[in-house]
Amino acid sequence: MHFDLSEDQKEIKGVARELLAARSPWPKVRAAAEGGAYDPALWAELVELGWPGIAVDETYGGQGLGTVELAVLLEELGFACAATPFLSTAAAAAAIQAAGTDAQRERWLPGLASGELTAGFGTRALAADAAGAAVLLLLDDDGNAELVASNDAQVEPLISIDGTRRFATVAGEGEPLAEGAAERLRIAVAAEVVGICQRALDMTIEFVKDRHQFGVPVGSFQAVAHRCAQMLLSTESARSATYFAAWAADADPARLPEAAAMAGAAAAEGGREVTASAIQAHGGVGFTWEADVHWLYKRAQLDAALLGGAGRHRAALARFAAERVRSPA
Amino acid sequence: MDLTFNERETAFRDEVRAWFEAHPAGASPVNDEDAQYAWRRDYQRLMADAGLAAVHWPPEYGGRGATLTESAIFFEELGRSGAPLPANVLGLLLAGPTIMTWGTEAQKERHLAPILTGEEIWCQGFSEPEAGSDLASLKTRAVRDGDDWVITGQKVWTSGAQYSKWCMLVARTDTEVPKHKGLTYFLMDMEQDGIDIVPLRQITGEPEFNELFIDGARVPDSNVLGGEGNGWKVALTTLMNERAGLAFFLQVRLRQLLDDLIGEAAGRGLLDDPVVADRLGELHLRAEVLRLTAYRGLTAIEKYGTPGPEGSLTKWMWSDANQLLTQFAADLLGPEALTAGTPWAYELLRARGNSLEGGTTEVLKNIVAERVLGLPKAR
Repeated sequence: MHFDLSEDQKEIKGVARELLAARSPWPKVRAAAEGGAYDPALWAELVELGWPGIAVDETYGGQGLGTVELAVLLEELGFACAATPFLSTAAAAAAIQAAGTDAQRERWLPGLASGELTAGFGTRALAADAAGAAVLLLLDDDGNAELVASNDAQVEPLISIDGTRRFATVAGEGEPLAEGAAERLRIAVAAEVVGICQRALDMTIEFVKDRHQFGVPVGSFQAVAHRCAQMLLSTESARSATYFAAWAADADPARLPEAAAMAGAAAAEGGREVTASAIQAHGGVGFTWEADVHWLYKRAQLDAALLGGAGRHRAALARFAAERVRSPA
Repeated sequence: MDLTFNERETAFRDEVRAWFEAHPAGASPVNDEDAQYAWRRDYQRLMADAGLAAVHWPPEYGGRGATLTESAIFFEELGRSGAPLPANVLGLLLAGPTIMTWGTEAQKERHLAPILTGEEIWCQGFSEPEAGSDLASLKTRAVRDGDDWVITGQKVWTSGAQYSKWCMLVARTDTEVPKHKGLTYFLMDMEQDGIDIVPLRQITGEPEFNELFIDGARVPDSNVLGGEGNGWKVALTTLMNERAGLAFFLQVRLRQLLDDLIGEAAGRGLLDDPVVADRLGELHLRAEVLRLTAYRGLTAIEKYGTPGPEGSLTKWMWSDANQLLTQFAADLLGPEALTAGTPWAYELLRARGNSLEGGTTEVLKNIVAERVLGLPKAR
């Protein structure tokens, strides 16, 4: 039993944190959101590092690492609230790697791993990065995943409240993907949400230490401090569930469906709650465009939608729990 | 990251599980506190004979030198088996480790073995009517009289006092210094005049706890633990040990209660009710996240020697989840869960204490805010 990132995984995390702090600070995120376009230089750099193919086998030009490494990267991209097609592309690649046919892997993975191609994913009503994507991974209400080539898809842009990411609606049919695809897509989103929560918490702590009212830092008021403690609890809960799910994706496939539902429920609920709390703890400042916490709140809202909502996962968890009572391990 | 038990841990789990299966504790005696206590003490003796009473203790004191993970496994299996917590749980988890850390050789020699066997039961004399969360403001006085200390004051929430031979007592030995500095930790013999034990009836109607009225009780100087004036530091050792392994026992009990509730919901054909499923799904999530977060905490302690942020959160998570669960049981089961004397009614009422005992949730939030998040001291 060792429930922590390995030294290598921590190294990846540290490198990503440092790089993104330099390449994707708030002014860049804001510019991308306000300009309605991703920063091509940032995407080029992530591609150069080989990150889109982190969970793709070396046979297909990927790095041959696992879901935990992918989750670690996504956590940092979430922390930076980076405006890139990374989540869609890397998560779709990981899903095709795990649940695609050999033909699908050969067709799509080399391009996705090298960053020559990008992917979109979501539902037909809400798909991230669908416009311009070569391939789309679409989930239905029951969590079945389908692979749709862009030639077979009609994509209509949808301007969401989250300006840091491009969304669309999609029509068109494709080929079904095997089990495990939907779970990996959801783990990827959950990992991003963990990073979003961590950033919201870090920004809030910094703010409430610095902001003075009534002659003292507002963070010295228990009402504020306890809100921050609750933010930490929600963040760590989502992190525990997400790391567990990422680990299960690589090491314990039997528990993957349940673990992914745990990550989905914890992240969908926790992300919205923590980022809403961040706005509240920032006071009036948090309601301004300039304070930047709203980007995290908006990302968390759309990520919760990409996750299919917490309620769906809680319903699934009730079924898993009932199953365990009927036939204990 | 490896969320499986390694070979040694698996072997340990199998051994412990097999032992509990071979030694079923049977059902707890109901509505008879003395019988329940005797049941727990007898079972502790059985565990002690098998070397399982204190697996986390070093071998030289009769333990097995279990790692934190093995200790967690032990408590998971204990909870899973339906066996009771040892009668001397406070001695095994709190007094023993505190004496190992601070005690003289003579004190270790004298006290550790009877703690292990349950021959001598321990209680904890920390809280006072005017010193709960603000423990360091306690007023119980200890005044030197020759080779003895004379104790006068009042303690509260002292569970098991009526069965205890010894009390971990923190008292004020110096009123002239700042409040944290004037405290001393005593090992107080409970079998003497000058200690009056009065049962404290709690909201369940049962007296699980007591008040101690101490008037002129005597403690020899040789029973000071960790030196005069060092009581706050010694007490912190006790408090830090308070929830270490217990979190896993509590998590398993939470899981068992949830499984019972799921069984009740299934029996009523309510599993497909969307509201019921939503609540049960949330409770399942919380129970699992609690376990995962507790294991993250263990890994952090094993690796860095100090608890990470996860450690401070699990007790809070557990009390919230247990309260949510028992309250939902009242929604699901209706009047049955509100009928006096039923197990669910007891659990509902008992759960209110979860966010008070061992640190109120408010104090835990302060600790998290100040020590984990680095916020200024709260006001």
